[in-house]
Amino acid sequence: MVDKTVLARQFIEAIPHAKALGLELTHIGEGEAEISMPYNEQLIGDPRTGVIHGGAVSAMLDTCCGAAVMSHPSAPGGTATIDLRIDYMRAATPGQSIHTRATCYHITRNVAFVRATATDEDTDRPVATASGAFTVEGA
Amino acid sequence: MARPRPEPMQVVKQRRDAALTALVEGVPYIRFLNIHFDRRGDELTGVLNFDEKLIGNPFLPALHGGVTAAFLEVTAVITLSWEHLFPRIESGEIGAEDILTDENIRFPKTIDFTVDYLRSGLPRDAYARAFINRAGRRYASVRVEAWQDNHARLFAQGTGHFLMPQARAGQS
Repeated sequence: MVDKTVLARQFIEAIPHAKALGLELTHIGEGEAEISMPYNEQLIGDPRTGVIHGGAVSAMLDTCCGAAVMSHPSAPGGTATIDLRIDYMRAATPGQSIHTRATCYHITRNVAFVRATATDEDTDRPVATASGAFTVEGA
Repeated sequence: MARPRPEPMQVVKQRRDAALTALVEGVPYIRFLNIHFDRRGDELTGVLNFDEKLIGNPFLPALHGGVTAAFLEVTAVITLSWEHLFPRIESGEIGAEDILTDENIRFPKTIDFTVDYLRSGLPRDAYARAFINRAGRRYASVRVEAWQDNHARLFAQGTGHFLMPQARAGQS
């Protein structure tokens, strides 16, 4: 179990795109994962306001959901996204880092069901939420 | 009734390309992903230029699912913005410079976006095209498809809903 957590952390940190976004895994284990992303001007979607592009938030949520699946005690190994829906509630506040938290709330031999939330420093009002289905792949 | 003489082709092309470039190049995140758009008349195709930093699974290797989602969303928003602004670009009411600076020109906002992952994205260029299911006054529904080598074998598709920019009070 401990090994898998370490493995998952190494796996996430070895993802080139996760590195490009500056993602940092802050918690993982038992089907849950948390990732944070510092504010980065390269990821701005609206140059007039400095708000981060929704696509970068999607990439973060997708990574976080995948990490949650891999850390689940019943998951033997890797995973891939089957489908992911993102709802955007509001713009993330410019200058603040974004945090995501994903929970793999159900898993079968073949499919894992996950939901996730993204917030900025105002943790009471979500920036975006995600819900998706992921594959469960053999170890 | 003599119809007005059509504008020279270079004038039309220059105007449209400058407006499209302003729309795309003004967004840092689109440059970060290195997405550009091919234009044929008013039809746009998004092109995601492959780079190592877009990889999500280094063992396969495959494109990151989040990159695929972002590419589809960027293609949807740009296509929707383009169609929304096109009549005003054509009439000469707004130019490339206005797209970058005019506070009154605003863009659709994503409400939700769903991505269907059909096969893994290969480590090479990808293409996407968006189709506007409906563009109402307040809301729009857009479908996007993405492919790589073979247009008939999509590697992802998506659907999203967007909030259209509202004219501010006192503005026609």
